Amino acid sequence: MTTLELVQIALYLGLLIVCTPLLGGYMARVFGGERTWLTPMLRPAENAIYRLVGVRADEEQSWKQYAWSLVLFNVAGFVLLFVLQVAQHGLPLNPAGLPNVEPLLAFNTATSFVTNTNWQAYGGETTMSYLTQMIGLNVQNFVSAASGVAVVIAMTRGLARRQASAIGSFWVDLVRCVLYVFLPLCLIFALVLVSQGVIQNFNAYTQATTLTGESQLLPQGPAASQIAIKQLGTNGGGFFNVNSAHPFENPTPLTNFLEMLTILLIPAALTYTYGMMVGSKRQGWVIFTAMLALFLIGLVVMLASEYGAMGAMEGKETRFGIANSILWGAATTSASNGSVNAMHSSFSPLAGGIALLNIMLGEVIFGGVGAGLYGMLIFAILTVFIAGLMVGRTPEYLGKKVESWEIKMAILAVLLPSACILLFAALASVTDAGLSSRANAGPHGLSEILYAFASGAGNNGSAFAGLNANTPFYNGLLGIAMWIGRFGVIVPALAIAGSMARKKVAPPSSGTFPTDGGMFVALLMAVIVIVGALTFFPALSLGPIVEQLLLNSGRVF
Amino acid sequence: MQTQMKSRPLFDGPIVRRAAIDAVRKLDPRQQLKNPVMFVVLVGALMTTGIIIRDLFSGNGGELGFNTQIALWLWFTVLFANFAEAMAEGRGKAQAEALRKTRTQMTARRLANGKEERITAPQLKKGDLVVCEAGDQIPGDGEVIEGIASVDESAITGESAPVIRESGGDRSAVTGGTRVLSDRIVVRITSEQGSTFLDRMIALVEGAKRQKTPNEIALTILLSGLTIIFLLAVVTLRAFTEYSEVESGITQTSATVPVLIALLVCLIPTTIGGLLSAIGISGMDRMIQRNVLATSGRAVEAAGDVDVLLLDKTGTITLGNRMATRFVPALQVEPQRLADAAQLSSLADETPEGRSIVVLAKEAFGLRGRELGELNAEFIPFSAQTRMSGVDFAALDGHPARSIRKGAADAIRSYVETCGGTYPAEVQTTVDDIAKNGATPLVVAEGNDVLGVIELKDVVKGGIRERFAQLRAMGIRTVMITGDNALTAAAIAAEAGVDDFMAQATPEDKLRRIRAEQTDGHLVAMTGDGTNDAPALAQADVGVAMNTGTQAAREAGNMVDLDSDPTKLIEVVEIGKQLLMTRGALTTFSISNDVAKYFAILPALFGALYAATPGQPGPLAALNIMQLTSPQSAILSAIIFNATIIVALIPLALRGVGYKPMGAAAILQRNLLIYGLGGLITPFIGIKLIDVIITAVGLA
Repeated sequence: MTTLELVQIALYLGLLIVCTPLLGGYMARVFGGERTWLTPMLRPAENAIYRLVGVRADEEQSWKQYAWSLVLFNVAGFVLLFVLQVAQHGLPLNPAGLPNVEPLLAFNTATSFVTNTNWQAYGGETTMSYLTQMIGLNVQNFVSAASGVAVVIAMTRGLARRQASAIGSFWVDLVRCVLYVFLPLCLIFALVLVSQGVIQNFNAYTQATTLTGESQLLPQGPAASQIAIKQLGTNGGGFFNVNSAHPFENPTPLTNFLEMLTILLIPAALTYTYGMMVGSKRQGWVIFTAMLALFLIGLVVMLASEYGAMGAMEGKETRFGIANSILWGAATTSASNGSVNAMHSSFSPLAGGIALLNIMLGEVIFGGVGAGLYGMLIFAILTVFIAGLMVGRTPEYLGKKVESWEIKMAILAVLLPSACILLFAALASVTDAGLSSRANAGPHGLSEILYAFASGAGNNGSAFAGLNANTPFYNGLLGIAMWIGRFGVIVPALAIAGSMARKKVAPPSSGTFPTDGGMFVALLMAVIVIVGALTFFPALSLGPIVEQLLLNSGRVF
Repeated sequence: MQTQMKSRPLFDGPIVRRAAIDAVRKLDPRQQLKNPVMFVVLVGALMTTGIIIRDLFSGNGGELGFNTQIALWLWFTVLFANFAEAMAEGRGKAQAEALRKTRTQMTARRLANGKEERITAPQLKKGDLVVCEAGDQIPGDGEVIEGIASVDESAITGESAPVIRESGGDRSAVTGGTRVLSDRIVVRITSEQGSTFLDRMIALVEGAKRQKTPNEIALTILLSGLTIIFLLAVVTLRAFTEYSEVESGITQTSATVPVLIALLVCLIPTTIGGLLSAIGISGMDRMIQRNVLATSGRAVEAAGDVDVLLLDKTGTITLGNRMATRFVPALQVEPQRLADAAQLSSLADETPEGRSIVVLAKEAFGLRGRELGELNAEFIPFSAQTRMSGVDFAALDGHPARSIRKGAADAIRSYVETCGGTYPAEVQTTVDDIAKNGATPLVVAEGNDVLGVIELKDVVKGGIRERFAQLRAMGIRTVMITGDNALTAAAIAAEAGVDDFMAQATPEDKLRRIRAEQTDGHLVAMTGDGTNDAPALAQADVGVAMNTGTQAAREAGNMVDLDSDPTKLIEVVEIGKQLLMTRGALTTFSISNDVAKYFAILPALFGALYAATPGQPGPLAALNIMQLTSPQSAILSAIIFNATIIVALIPLALRGVGYKPMGAAAILQRNLLIYGLGGLITPFIGIKLIDVIITAVGLA
């Protein structure tokens, strides 16, 4: 590694740490309904939306009402997106004249964007019209991300409030998140991207002659606006098939750096928002530290493995090099983003395995916007329950007793995505329908299958590449995995929020299990790693681990 | 009785024998279903046994010896867990039965329509009136409605001195099984025979009837969740192994059903699953050993969570009565003279304060107590009018007549001034100083001379200050409740080191205080004995009623202390904490064990995959970091370790983890080190040892 690369990584982490309290504090004010510098400009628009949809800003919801609103809103979004795809040929803004999308692929894609997964079984420029991309996919880029943020804000309120029955209004949280957080950030970010050469137009695809004299069809389109939210909303669905490895999506080192930073920006900042809202910034920093430490461990292992491997440039853009490809890979798999600037399948087995493990751990290392933090809070509750008993009191988190309902929901939230990954991957590994999509044999083939289902259930959306996922088998099963992986966690998270909101708060004393110190960071990390490792170690040892061992002895697949 | 129980050995012969029989009896699937983790083991054992039987008949005996050993250890795992529960039950029952014996064969003399009839005790109904005379056993818990009697309660309390029970007031409650020593009382039975404290307590230590506590339910959910996760991991492992074997060109799978069941049983939290109910029962048992009867397991659990203790001053913090601690003579008065006058005035004073003055004079000045009769003196008893007591000596044998008085400062002042004397200013200063320090000043005067002041003080129990400091370290706040005025209360509170106090507290104040603490999120424990304590006892999260208290108080609380020792509240809290800590420690231990088991079984399963040359070890043999002899010995070692660790940890489950009063962070650090890190390392050593042994004896 060069000094420049090390400096880049240090700068990346430094900026992330600096931005966390700035953006996090702003978001805490937005969701607390306090005045911000954007309020004078945006309040009229906000109120207009409430009037239009008939929502009262001061009317709060119980957790069940909140969950119903969220699920119904997302199902409606799914239906709209599905219809847009299967009818796009007859709709406007389709200069390339792309045909209607085949229904099972449309189901998979609609699910994928509604669940903030953005798994793409298709190539963007060859499948989706501009209309589908803009008012279909891109709208979901905003609202699916905002749904995730809304859930974590509701969960935070549940933990912070005392003997309350409501956890906020989904509609208000959704509107505020889009208006005050995503739109301003995206506007700025899209302009920066355009200035660097990312395209934003409605042109027809262009015919060009390359230097070697061959003819090439260059896709066009409104890319910059979509890329901004794709990164900020941990969506990851590329405008073009090769995602941010494409020069129109990611033209310069600066765009590469900023696109990487924006992957983790909001998930990291939300930890600070959380700390502010529960009235203890330390609680937020503790979660941030646990996330950062897990991220760094993964990153270091990946870098070490990659620099030690042969053929390290395969599948990577020469424009970015190894360090930037790996840093992006670590960030995108940690954060359930799913955008890529290199092909993960070409990483050394161990680096690919860490990317896979990042997803399998539940997408809680920063994780998806909102999703990462509510996943992390569920792990915090489990940690408190397992370790908290050892201090001789029934466990409590932020002064609230953790009882059977919370444990039931937390276990459900951990169990459902894991069950999808294991069961579906097992099915794929012994059926022809599953096996025929592999690009490689042996352990690498198993890694491809595991990665696909982990990415789906973890709502990551990145692909290991290699696997042909556009088959009825994968489109169907992955679609189911995405639904379960998304709402199988959201509903339990909201259920926990609802029951925690009703509880009293026991004031802290020296007899309380401390959740705002280094010991808790270590315990939280240990629980995440142990639960994840115990669940997936057998599968991982037959995929990336054995592949790395074989590679060490000179055998490749 | 108390001492008897404490000396009961952990593995008592008869209890172990009965527990071994019970362990087999508990194989009943209906009982196993209550414990999801062990139920999975039972199903695994049945499946493996089925496979062995199938192989026997089909003649496919290649794996027979190995599978039989797996099946055997699976059955042992279930039996060991049953044995642990039976042991805890046996120990609890042994104590309970000793108490129950007192109630069998009892007859009752029931009063019906003014006539007496003899029936057996279990036939009694709530509200029946029974007559008990000297020599009779009281047939059930009840309330004296007529008469007064001395009662021997040693069967319940172990205290041999008889106690007085009378109708009305705070001493009207009687307990079934105690014996009337004198006189005749009529008792109204206040509880159904099935629901006396004794019966409730017995139900709490019998596994079958025991209700799971809230925390136990939550923990069971967690353990069941982990079991499902591991079930998924193991079931899908079959598919992943098959895939890899096809890719490696291996036809004979190593992931056979018995091997997968062995892996599953090793991974699911059998250690805590098998010991969970034993931990709960032995928590109850430890309460009983300290002569505390809890009415529910929930109450014991709540005791661990308590963070505010309301403690009655008298009996808990102080020895009970005020005692003379110092004589402060007036100017120009010999200390000897003051002490002598004070002693003389108190010789006939039978109050504890009076006696303590006599004792202090004797200890400090060598003045021996004398008989008033010999001195030809007349004792003037305390009266509400004069607020003084004293002694008058008639003039005799040349001695002049003397008149000594002692009493409250203002009373003596007006007495002296009426007699024409003056009340010295420095005495008033002394009086004020003593009062300011929370003690009670008694002024002594002879004739119209003020001799000085006696300081009466509440004496704080030895060691109580350290106890409170420990409680504070554990995050528990202590509040002293007293009827004293604020000044006195503050001084004693400071001396004893309590965190807060309530002076001139009425029962209503107590109730209000408890509600206020609970509104702030605290959990409150208190002790009480009088009927007027009942509302507060019911409101508190842990209410320990004194056995000497009224029936109302005992019904209101959720625990009864047979020794009527208010200090025991602290032990009750400690038992609750220890119970929760034991659960947490063994859960952590159980989960951290899994790491080693993966490293034992996975290389056994995967060792041959992707081998460069068929038959040779493949790359994943590298996972065999314990260097176990063979795949079969590795699997057997893991499952043997998994079964025997349950037995090895029975003493810990029964005794509870080592407990020291410390802050939460320190306790956590200690337990994490022992049970987290220990749980990680122990199985590596244990499995390796077992592997060496079974290889040596040729089992695998």
